[in-house]
Amino acid sequence: MRTHISRKKIRNAFVEKVEELSGQNLLVCYQCGKCSAGCPQVDQMDILPNQVIRLAQLGEQEELVNSKTIWVCASCMTCNVRCPKGVKIAEVMEAVRQIVLRKRKDHVHIEKLTAEERESVPPIALISSFRKSTS
Amino acid sequence: MKTISYYPGCTLKNSAKNFEDSALCALSRLGWEAKELERWNCCGTVFSLATDDLMHHLAPIRNLIRTKEAGSDTVLTLCAMCYNTLKRANERVKSDADSLEKINDFMDREKVKYAGDVRVLHLLEILRDEITFPVVAGKVVRKPDGLRVANYYGCLLVRPKGIGLDDQENPVVLEDLMTALGVESVEFPYNTECCGAYQTVDEPQTVAERTHHILTSAHRQGADLLTVSCPLCAFNLDHRQKDAARLHTDFAPLPVVYFTQLLALGLGCPEEDMHFDLHAVDPRPVLEQKGVL
Repeated sequence: MRTHISRKKIRNAFVEKVEELSGQNLLVCYQCGKCSAGCPQVDQMDILPNQVIRLAQLGEQEELVNSKTIWVCASCMTCNVRCPKGVKIAEVMEAVRQIVLRKRKDHVHIEKLTAEERESVPPIALISSFRKSTS
Repeated sequence: MKTISYYPGCTLKNSAKNFEDSALCALSRLGWEAKELERWNCCGTVFSLATDDLMHHLAPIRNLIRTKEAGSDTVLTLCAMCYNTLKRANERVKSDADSLEKINDFMDREKVKYAGDVRVLHLLEILRDEITFPVVAGKVVRKPDGLRVANYYGCLLVRPKGIGLDDQENPVVLEDLMTALGVESVEFPYNTECCGAYQTVDEPQTVAERTHHILTSAHRQGADLLTVSCPLCAFNLDHRQKDAARLHTDFAPLPVVYFTQLLALGLGCPEEDMHFDLHAVDPRPVLEQKGVL
């Protein structure tokens, strides 16, 4: 698999958008991996949290917006409280999710949920799921 | 009787009625009346993390406006998600006058212009800081016999730093409450590890794995029950146990109760207020065996 790292991508519009929406300076991350070590959902992820930051630093938009990771993230904030540099990885996850959602690409399709699926979970579950995974 | 404005949130009125009724009874035994806000709306359950999003802060801020309309500057929450969302939205507008002004302008039909002057409190803070645990201990009328619990905090009660009501890695408030009730707490390593939250809607298998993980650990430490403080955690850790059992044949069920149910029963509240019929794994056999019921 070829990965093309280019100075053009490193500060491109996607990277700027991620930093704007997350309010984070991505280059602060020095890849210590504490976020990934603490994340309870890593076994479901295709890209680890620290790799998300690295790919975001390098402007690798396609891999990030197509990842499973951003939807598996449960916004538990463990990464945020563990980061020694104060980087808010959860906010970066949200930024990438928002970049996808704001193109009206929902991850959870409300209309496809069966009545049984809707009725079997409490309102708190539906509301938070729709807030995180739909536009 | 001390009075405090109370924000229930959606789920406490249906699938988490056990949480609400046990909490309200317990508070009344401790000399507090929780007065429900009028015309409250759903808080949104999660705090929107995108810096440019103001729209998703309207719902929580509107509830703080309702608090002011009730003549209060403090609001009590029970649900950990409501607590986190209301508190984070509050801090967001308090630290950014421009956002606060935009939000007030958008909600210009409201009678109150929100000034960032409401305090959002969780029941555990009231118990720890206002009522205090020695006073709670003094009012206990029924002490259990050899009950051991694993206290599960989940995420939103303790994170992020500055919002959480206790230490992010080693919280003790539930343990201190249990001590006051004469209940022994076991140490278990997954007490702040996420239950999977809203993944339960579209990825229930992943939640079932988390359920298995967390409860197996609690079992291993010798817990008879797991205590929780969030309706979503309660659903995931209780109602997804049957899914966990399907994935792991050696999974042993563990009853899940709200900390308020143990508190209420210790203070002499009636069993009907506990609504044990809402639980997937019935806690009554264990509670009877340990002298709680």
